[in-house]
Amino acid sequence: MSGGNAMEKTYPVTVIVNGTPMTALVPARLTLADFLRNEAELTGTHVGCEHGVCGACTVRVDGRTVRGCLTLAVQCDGAEVETIEGATEDGRIKDLQDAFIERNALQCGFCTPGFLMAADELLNDNPSPTREEIREHLSGNYCRCTGYQAIVEAVEMTAARRRGEAQ
Amino acid sequence: MSDRPGISVLDRPNSYIGRTVERPNARRLVQGRGAFVDDMKLPRMVHLAFCRSPYAHAEVVSIDKAEAEALPGVIRVVTMEDLKDIMTPWVGVLDHLKGIKSAEQWPLANGKVHWQGEPVAAVVATSRAIAEDAADLVMVEYNELPPVTDMMTALDPETPVIHKELGDNLCFERNVDEGDVDKAFAEAAFVAEETMRFNRHTGVTMEPRAIICDYNPADEVLTLHMAVQCPHMSKNLYAKHLGLDENKVRVICKDVGGSFGIKIHTYSDEMAAGAITVLLGRPVKFVADRLESFVTDIHARDHVVKARMAFNAEGEITALDMDDVTGIGPYSVYPRTSGIEANQVVNLTGGPYKHRNYRCRARVVFLNKNVMCQYRGVGHPIAVAIAEHLIDRGAVALGLDPVEIRHRNFIPDDAYPYTAPSGAIYERQSHHQCLDKLVEMMDYKGLRAEQAALREKGIYRGIGFVSLVEVTNPSPAFYGVGGARIASQDGCTIRLDPTGGITCITGVTEQGQGTETIVAQIAASAVGVSMDNVRVITGDTDVVPYGGGTWASRGAGIGGEAALQAGKELRKNILKVAATILQSDPEALDIRDGAIIDADTGTERMPLSELGRIAYFRGDTLPHDVQPELVVTRHFVSRGFPFVFTNAAHACHVEVDIETGMVKLLKYWVVEDCGTVINPLLVEEQTRGGVVQGLGPALFEECLYSDEGQLQNGSMADYLVPMAAEMPDIVVGHVETPTATSELGAKGVGEAGTAGAPGAVMNAINDALGSFNVSLADMPFTPEKVLRALGKV
Repeated sequence: MSGGNAMEKTYPVTVIVNGTPMTALVPARLTLADFLRNEAELTGTHVGCEHGVCGACTVRVDGRTVRGCLTLAVQCDGAEVETIEGATEDGRIKDLQDAFIERNALQCGFCTPGFLMAADELLNDNPSPTREEIREHLSGNYCRCTGYQAIVEAVEMTAARRRGEAQ
Repeated sequence: MSDRPGISVLDRPNSYIGRTVERPNARRLVQGRGAFVDDMKLPRMVHLAFCRSPYAHAEVVSIDKAEAEALPGVIRVVTMEDLKDIMTPWVGVLDHLKGIKSAEQWPLANGKVHWQGEPVAAVVATSRAIAEDAADLVMVEYNELPPVTDMMTALDPETPVIHKELGDNLCFERNVDEGDVDKAFAEAAFVAEETMRFNRHTGVTMEPRAIICDYNPADEVLTLHMAVQCPHMSKNLYAKHLGLDENKVRVICKDVGGSFGIKIHTYSDEMAAGAITVLLGRPVKFVADRLESFVTDIHARDHVVKARMAFNAEGEITALDMDDVTGIGPYSVYPRTSGIEANQVVNLTGGPYKHRNYRCRARVVFLNKNVMCQYRGVGHPIAVAIAEHLIDRGAVALGLDPVEIRHRNFIPDDAYPYTAPSGAIYERQSHHQCLDKLVEMMDYKGLRAEQAALREKGIYRGIGFVSLVEVTNPSPAFYGVGGARIASQDGCTIRLDPTGGITCITGVTEQGQGTETIVAQIAASAVGVSMDNVRVITGDTDVVPYGGGTWASRGAGIGGEAALQAGKELRKNILKVAATILQSDPEALDIRDGAIIDADTGTERMPLSELGRIAYFRGDTLPHDVQPELVVTRHFVSRGFPFVFTNAAHACHVEVDIETGMVKLLKYWVVEDCGTVINPLLVEEQTRGGVVQGLGPALFEECLYSDEGQLQNGSMADYLVPMAAEMPDIVVGHVETPTATSELGAKGVGEAGTAGAPGAVMNAINDALGSFNVSLADMPFTPEKVLRALGKV
């Protein structure tokens, strides 16, 4: 929901998006997800429900995942925001992305950036999650294509590989 | 199970058929570099939001758009009056569904509204936010009318008629009466009888419906960027109803964020977007928000079925008799109609079994609720659950194991091809093999022993089976014979590029199931190149061969066969050129891994890149009578059978907590037979995803309407879809019975999981609660319904 009406008051913000500061005038109601998609033109963050349920807009703000649709752009003044594009360029989740492809843990791919951001956080917090813990952690992200098993296995596989266990 | 001789192309060295390979288009999606419609911006693009009816049934007395149009940033507020001269209405009927009727439908309310969510006015603005603000400022005065919301009374004489011109609220009725049903019931050793309810639910694609319509008045070209399964169908419909030259309508479909049958129908708001770009001469974007999706994306199912099954003392089914009522919306959806699901229930119930006495009445009635139409599985989940529930009841009554009673009733292996009493024709099915393999995979004996042991401890576990048939690879019998311009044939063009790689351009489409991957696998195998050197192009009607797209599980079977035939022909053409260059005989040469080789020895003679160089840039060096043809197009339409049926056996293992009514899914098994398996991992993942889309509505998903026709839970927070924590692991096994209707032998697989899961979980719950003498047959099986059945609330 980008761009308020011409009369709408706007506020200056500087958001560090994937390491690069970006300054913009935004209306108070602009969500972070819409800011990223429409102002920063980073369209890997997807909008699925706009009320914080589906997880497709999951991004990192100052190191923790948030719902891009429940966070306002004005709240992120001065914050470090990382999107799927940034995480990809960083290279930190390449093994996770490779495992998603290898295990076919995505079909349409609309939910995938959100799942990757959520799974990245899980693996940082817990290098040895059980399948149940993976399922539990990812329950804030909806996928309508895969039935979830492949996603769980891709995360499990990545964790095992990071621990140096062959899989 | 195939008794056909080995097929050269499929068995060639380095063939990719039957191998798991990575999806070439997956990498951009994991990097967030997909191209979904809402990711696109066009110059001068404007945004659309709709003022929608808050009532299920009302007259529109007046529309005041002054305040909305005064909002800065609003370009125009459009009502039906503005569109009447530039487009025509549509009616969702097909000739071969005898007697089906529906009313004329317009993109915006034309004097009346017929469901909550129907678009009344469209606001065009410079941003989506402004358009939404202005939509709230459109003042509409309504005169409420009594809504028709109960399908069981919709046909009663005292119920108001939604469309006066139709005479009643009946959209479609079909009756079948084969054999002597009454005699069979009179002589039955046991009759199982149940009224089953199949809840209204919807697809909830992660990407909502999205379209950008871009009309250029200078050259009269309309370009539609849309998330759609069937680009050519859309091309035809927009041209037809906007009065445009069909050759000047182009549909471009890049990444689609889930579809499952949702993005294949004609939607009022999308058609309005098409009309408004013509009106304004600039690009118009409409992306449904989630709340709009729930009240406008097609809903599915909503059937009440009264059914009974007669058995003889040996446990053989002797007759099936049923009455199905389904409540659709106020219109039959265009152009596929809302009669197809009921038609499928009639065609397919009891499909795996050999009984000859069958009676069915199916009635489709109009309601003042959102429209209902074809969603993944179309009719199958209902057809499967009906017969599979009743056969389990027969097994219990007659003291037979549910596996044994199914084996006693399957159509015998030597009876194929077989015509069912409904008229459905099966080429060849593998029910016995699938069920045998399933029982082995799941350690059935062990589970039964565990079930008995746990029962002693007050733990109630249950095992539910289903066997099913599924319609795939449709011929023109599905839509074409009914007058709809929805192609059942599809085409594939393959070009040898000067680099030695190939480009495949196919009419079938990708929504994540792996269409592009399997087309690449087939083309690479048929031509003889490495997968790395194949590029696949889909989803652009200016580019791809005319085809139907992807629906009814037709992508692999129809589109795959076209790719195979195109690849084989291109290989022949390449070998002709190679033989000229190498002064050899085409028969003595072959192509392997991107190089011309001696067929006998495998010795490399020339890379394809060298052949490409000569053919494209040094034709002067070839003899005058040799003209290389390195682009080949082939088409395929399934003939011989109206549909190619697949079959499968499913088993579901649950634990029911009799204190809370909660159903826990422990594990799920599927053995499917989709003929030739092109990519085992993709087949398995289609199956798993399909199963979960069947488990959801069996346990959680339901569009709950009030008596006034108000959707009560139209948000993602209120409408429950399956989440990772509550879904089971799903084990998938394969039996391969290739269809002889094509050389590839592939059948569809996308819908079979959804077809079987509701019945399997229903049977598992009833098996768990068998000792309480209850029968749960009203989906979804919520904790409340379980406790009610147990008499605890």
